Amino acid sequence: MTEPCVRIERVTKQFGEFTAVDDVSLEVRRGEIFCLLGGSGSGKTTLLRLLAGFEQPTAGRIYIDGQDMSEVPPYARPVNMMFQSYALFPHMTVERNVAFGLEQERLPRREIRRRVDEMLELVKMTPFAARKPHQLSGGQRQRVALARALVKRPLLLLLDEPLAALDRKLREHTQFELLSIQERLGVTFVVVTHDQEEAMTLASRMGVMSQGRIVQVGTPAEIYETPASRLVAEFIGNVNLFEGRVSGARSGTLSIACAELGEVQVSTATSAEAAWGEAAPGATIWIAIRPEKIELGPLEEASPDAGDGARGTPPPSQPPNQVRGIVREVGYRGDVSVYLVQIPSGRLVRVTRPNAGEGEPRFARDEAVTLAWRRSSPVLLTR
Amino acid sequence: MKPVGRFPRAMLAAGLVFLYVPIASLIVYSFNNSRLVTVWDAAHSPTLKWYAALLSDDQILRAAWLSIRIALTAATAASVLGTLAGVALARLGAFRGRALLAGLVPAPIVMPEVITGLALLLLFIALEEAIGWPRGTGAVTIALAHITFCMAYVAVVVQSRLAGFDGSLEEAAMDLGARPATVFRRITLPLIAPAIAAGWLLSFTLSWDDLVITQFVAGPGSSTLPMVIFSKVRLGVSPDVNALATLLVLAVATGIAAAAMLLRYRDRRRMRDMQLAAADE
Amino acid sequence: MTPFAHRTGRRLIAGLPTAWLIALFVVPFLIVLKLSFSEMRLAVPPYAPLIEWRHGWPVPILHFSSYAFLFADPLYVRSYLYSLKVAAVSTAICLAVGYPMAYAIARSSAVSRTALLTLVMLPFWTSFLLRVYAWIGLLQNDGLVNHVLLALGLVHRPVRLLQTDFSVYIGIVYAYLPFMILPLYANLEKHDRELLEAAADLGARPVSRFLRITLPLSLPGIAAGALLVFIPAVGEYIVPSLLGRTDQIMIGRVLSDEFFENRDWPVASAVAILMLLLLVVPIILLQRLERRAMEARS
Repeated sequence: MTEPCVRIERVTKQFGEFTAVDDVSLEVRRGEIFCLLGGSGSGKTTLLRLLAGFEQPTAGRIYIDGQDMSEVPPYARPVNMMFQSYALFPHMTVERNVAFGLEQERLPRREIRRRVDEMLELVKMTPFAARKPHQLSGGQRQRVALARALVKRPLLLLLDEPLAALDRKLREHTQFELLSIQERLGVTFVVVTHDQEEAMTLASRMGVMSQGRIVQVGTPAEIYETPASRLVAEFIGNVNLFEGRVSGARSGTLSIACAELGEVQVSTATSAEAAWGEAAPGATIWIAIRPEKIELGPLEEASPDAGDGARGTPPPSQPPNQVRGIVREVGYRGDVSVYLVQIPSGRLVRVTRPNAGEGEPRFARDEAVTLAWRRSSPVLLTR
Repeated sequence: MKPVGRFPRAMLAAGLVFLYVPIASLIVYSFNNSRLVTVWDAAHSPTLKWYAALLSDDQILRAAWLSIRIALTAATAASVLGTLAGVALARLGAFRGRALLAGLVPAPIVMPEVITGLALLLLFIALEEAIGWPRGTGAVTIALAHITFCMAYVAVVVQSRLAGFDGSLEEAAMDLGARPATVFRRITLPLIAPAIAAGWLLSFTLSWDDLVITQFVAGPGSSTLPMVIFSKVRLGVSPDVNALATLLVLAVATGIAAAAMLLRYRDRRRMRDMQLAAADE
Repeated sequence: MTPFAHRTGRRLIAGLPTAWLIALFVVPFLIVLKLSFSEMRLAVPPYAPLIEWRHGWPVPILHFSSYAFLFADPLYVRSYLYSLKVAAVSTAICLAVGYPMAYAIARSSAVSRTALLTLVMLPFWTSFLLRVYAWIGLLQNDGLVNHVLLALGLVHRPVRLLQTDFSVYIGIVYAYLPFMILPLYANLEKHDRELLEAAADLGARPVSRFLRITLPLSLPGIAAGALLVFIPAVGEYIVPSLLGRTDQIMIGRVLSDEFFENRDWPVASAVAILMLLLLVVPIILLQRLERRAMEARS
């Protein structure tokens, strides 16, 4: 089996009393784009700096390309970094900036010039080679920073919030550019970001960090569709979370009694295995349903004891995987409509529906609706 | 909403007048024929005779030359030491002895000059007794004293400048393969060069103008310009001193004007460059 | 952030200035301290031995006679008090003059600001000595100020302006004004205009806005400026020598006279130590202010 590009083995980093990275173990495979996603204080930037060599771990080891990086300074690692602020040398031209790293390798001048030109071509900055950083716009500076880091053909490229400083349009464009460059060169990327959209677009695999720990590692789809915990579920995208108790199990289906939703039947084929394993009757369990997986329909004929959407529990006659509600807010977003629907318990459930037909959005404020979802839609969480 | 009230503006004008009337009076009376500096001898003024007297006064010229030489030495040595201290405090993180250096550096700035002067003289005397050096006080002891308090100013200026931008530039350089010495030489130093230059100029000014500390550590044979001036003016006004002051103000004003023009030119170019960049995007 | 400097490199960079300052600042100060506990002798150097050897260990010999002398003779106590008074009054005047000036500069347009600051700083780059000297000519009996007063008919005889408390105040204020204006300006310049606009929007009048928003926010600047003027002013030597009274001298001159004229080095040292003790609290306050400002910037 090929050695992973990066192996982080039980790494902890403490600054005095404060633990920034707590017993993290991780592997990054060659050629992949791995994203570390987390909020501020999650430890993702510290982990990145540990990889770069600007900090040394308090405990644990880091292996890059199989080599132990303990006590190896940043200038001796096969790693390069693209800084969040780009950190371009203000007193040097674009060309000298990009050439700097190659000069440190004592390459012959002709070779340096060739590679610099090649890289500037790749990031489309050739006409700006003689300019200084303050003569460039934000997006241009970023491309120079990227070129400078890649020109040394490192094994591993670290990117610190690469798209944070760019405006929306430029961000999308740059996302795809980064992907295409990475594919061309085959460099392993580790990207740190707080923006989930960015992470999901760029990553082939990602790790969610919180309070110094890795809470889940997987592909974007895995993390989105099968989050390992409530924390991850709430962190990525939007989610509606409900508490319930396991009331029964039949082949392929788990029944859950939920105070707010009534009876919920979940197909075990798509739920997290751990949840299934701990699903003893009576056990408390959490149900996570993504907004786009809830269907909205008009309210059926009210049964005599139904009430009119006032606070309370759903009537016992309610079929499973269904609940009634009243639309409180509608947000038209162009491609989708976002609804906030109040269910009998008083909770506002978030529902997203694509605007595929005409006359969207379909439902208006104060309209009574039925929310429904399939057995395969909810995700069960035990923590 | 009015940007500035009338009272502050008036005070500013009055304050500037207050600042410049004495300087103006120095200049005007340097052309006065009368020895009684403030009695304008209309019949025979304006005259350049005090300038002639100044430039032929050996004592003053020798003192001026000594002061300049000491100032050049002190400013240069202080710039080196002060830069090291500033870099250490701003970039080396927490090292053993940091608290000590951080406490020592501002001390010469705050300490009253009479105390510093006394202390240094006592040191030199004790040293001479113990190891035979320095042999008597003179230019060397003056220079050593000046370096000591000037380096504090340079350290503060350099540290302040370094604190103003984070270490990411130096980290980027290291990340690209540069060893610490290279980082310092090619990244840090060019970036703090303006601060070092400012510190050098400040040190030069402080050194050549210093009186109190110099009086303590100077010997019988060495008189700096401030010492000569002081002994003259203790007895009252002296028109050749006015002439000296005028020349000095002229030199300083020219220097500042030149620096200001240089900065304006650089700023305008920078503005133009940034507009150019914004237009591209 | 820490560049991964080599151990030896680090030691050199920090060690050199530290060694210099210890050798040429701390050690001299310790000598002064020790000397203040010695006694004057007719000898070269003119003081009693500082150390005696008992059983092979150096033991400092402590005489308190110098300190006793200082407290016994009212001349010295009066001199200390006078110095504190002069420094305090000068600082107050400097603040009264400097604050509006700094305020006006901070509120000017960006272009004017640089020009005004340059104008304020230009005198500082000439010569302290010469700037103080200029006031001799202005304040003497046949000087410019008296000329003007006589010409305007405000007085009938020249007023004695030199060698008074008044001339010392003027001298100190004049010389130290830039040290007051700069920290004040640095503070005022950072004030958010929107705070004042919000206050105005809520109905506050100009005076009220100043007293309740601008003034409190500028306190660190005021403290810094005041300390930067007060501390050196206490030990001032040049201004009182050229412009000051002859019947009441400030402590800086006392020190110098004790050393050079009376050749009483121990008493001079004791004067120095007591001066420092007086200034310890202001000095510590200033250090703390500066450290906070430095941290805020990084």
